[in-house]
Amino acid sequence: MRKIEAVIKPFKLDDVKQALVEAGIQGMTITEVRGFGRQKGHTEVYRGTEYHIEFLPKIKIEVVVTEEMASKCIETIKNAAYTGKIGDGKIFSLPVEETVRIRTGEKGKDAV
Amino acid sequence: MSKKKKWLLMSTTAIAISLIALNAYAGDPTGAISLKKDPGAPVDYVWVLLCAFLVFIMQLGFAYVESGFCRAKNAVNLMMKNLMDFVMGSLAFWAIGYALMMGTDSHGLFGTTGWFLHGNAYDVHTYLIWMFEVVFAATAATIVSGGVAERIKFSVYLFYSVIVSAVIYPIYGHWVWGGGWLSKLPYGIGAVDFAGSGVVHAIGGTIALVGAMMLGPRIGRYDKDGKPKPILGHNIPMAALGVFILWFGWFGFNPGSTLSAHELRISVIAVNTNLAAAAGGLSALLFMYAKHGKWDIGMTLNGVLAGLVAITAPCAWVEAWAAVVIGLIAGVLVCLGVMLLDKLHIDDPVGAFPVHGINGLWGLISVGLFADGTYGNYTTAMPHVIGLFYGGGVGQLIAQVISAVVCFVWAFVCAWITFSIAKVIFNGIRISPEEEIEGVDIIEHGTPAYPDFQIYKH
Repeated sequence: MRKIEAVIKPFKLDDVKQALVEAGIQGMTITEVRGFGRQKGHTEVYRGTEYHIEFLPKIKIEVVVTEEMASKCIETIKNAAYTGKIGDGKIFSLPVEETVRIRTGEKGKDAV
Repeated sequence: MSKKKKWLLMSTTAIAISLIALNAYAGDPTGAISLKKDPGAPVDYVWVLLCAFLVFIMQLGFAYVESGFCRAKNAVNLMMKNLMDFVMGSLAFWAIGYALMMGTDSHGLFGTTGWFLHGNAYDVHTYLIWMFEVVFAATAATIVSGGVAERIKFSVYLFYSVIVSAVIYPIYGHWVWGGGWLSKLPYGIGAVDFAGSGVVHAIGGTIALVGAMMLGPRIGRYDKDGKPKPILGHNIPMAALGVFILWFGWFGFNPGSTLSAHELRISVIAVNTNLAAAAGGLSALLFMYAKHGKWDIGMTLNGVLAGLVAITAPCAWVEAWAAVVIGLIAGVLVCLGVMLLDKLHIDDPVGAFPVHGINGLWGLISVGLFADGTYGNYTTAMPHVIGLFYGGGVGQLIAQVISAVVCFVWAFVCAWITFSIAKVIFNGIRISPEEEIEGVDIIEHGTPAYPDFQIYKH
């Protein structure tokens, strides 16, 4: 099993979710995060003083899938989250040792 | 107890009670006599009380503005300070403040009668004036909570609230409104201040300045090179709401100061109040756009307030165009004031001194320039107030400048003494650095403002 973690632009969430569901992914978790890569932030003003914001709001999506689904999942996210502008984000693939469904106690592939 | 002693005790008590009871009749607590003497009183009473209630709602406005411009971890503390300065202020002004301010004058320095609103002071008219004056005293007091926000000890603030409402505000107020020496200056018609640019706002703003100076800046406000680093307010919409409420309340603050509905000048006062607010907002907006290329809400809100503060003294004595000019200047002054404080590394989280201090003094001075001679000293009767631009010469201007200087010096010195005493009594006036980082709400009040939300701590 693999965990696919993707940090994407917040407004892209609906597109990515829709694409993943259509690709057969049955569940996911999202968190609101902040981050920056090579994207520059922007300048804001508060009561007459300018300051620079580096951390920008992003959404992190976490999906746990079977080995077979992993590359399809990555492709799906990559296509749906793409805008072509700086700050589109990154996708990470990590190995998962065990998965358990809490309600039924199922393990492994049956729990994904 | 022997029969004789019992009888003695009972008769002494009876005499004491009847003396107290008789004492209360020198004024007119029932209101029947006052009504007979002045059949026009009802509309005046309704007017003054309604305006007092409007000024009361400014406490809510200040609470919103200050809380919105400060961090979430201190929101409870801001609310508590604004709540308690009215609580402590009401009680202190009842016990001591009103008497010092409006009591029978002694040597032009302070009042001497009316303690605890008892005795001759138990009178419908006295109580009417008290009700109006107490909300003004509370306004002066609550201005300070913004300047000392996020780092003052709550106990120190409670202590200060009593002192400002009992002593600092009433004594200067006596000098201008209570028949004291500033109102009797031999220049113009003596120093005047219609609704309190000086008495309320410059006093409060200057105390805020001293508090901010003596406390020092919040942790992280200026980096090691002295460059200002903004500490963002946690709820800008709340701050904006606060300004709207203050603007609304000011329609009681200024027109109500006629203390009479029979003075039709109240319409002029209301118009001037509104125009100065609008002008102040506009000039601040444009100033900030020129400086940063953004339509800045923080300073525009401050600009509106600056206009309102500045027009508070001249509102009854100027024409509409003058109100606009006074407001436009106020909006620029508040922006410059904020920049100046940053240069001096004085951390004033909501701009209490630039808004209320600087523009309170500007308001006082503007009377000497723009007063057009069409209205008198809270009356249609002569003498009317007339300033430099209308051929009144520099007389009124001199009186205004003197009152402005005295206002600043009095507030500055009294504040310095008050906070210095507080330093001794409370072992320092500032919370510890650990408490400041954790947030005042948990440490001083044990209650977070937003327990359901994970606040990004900063």
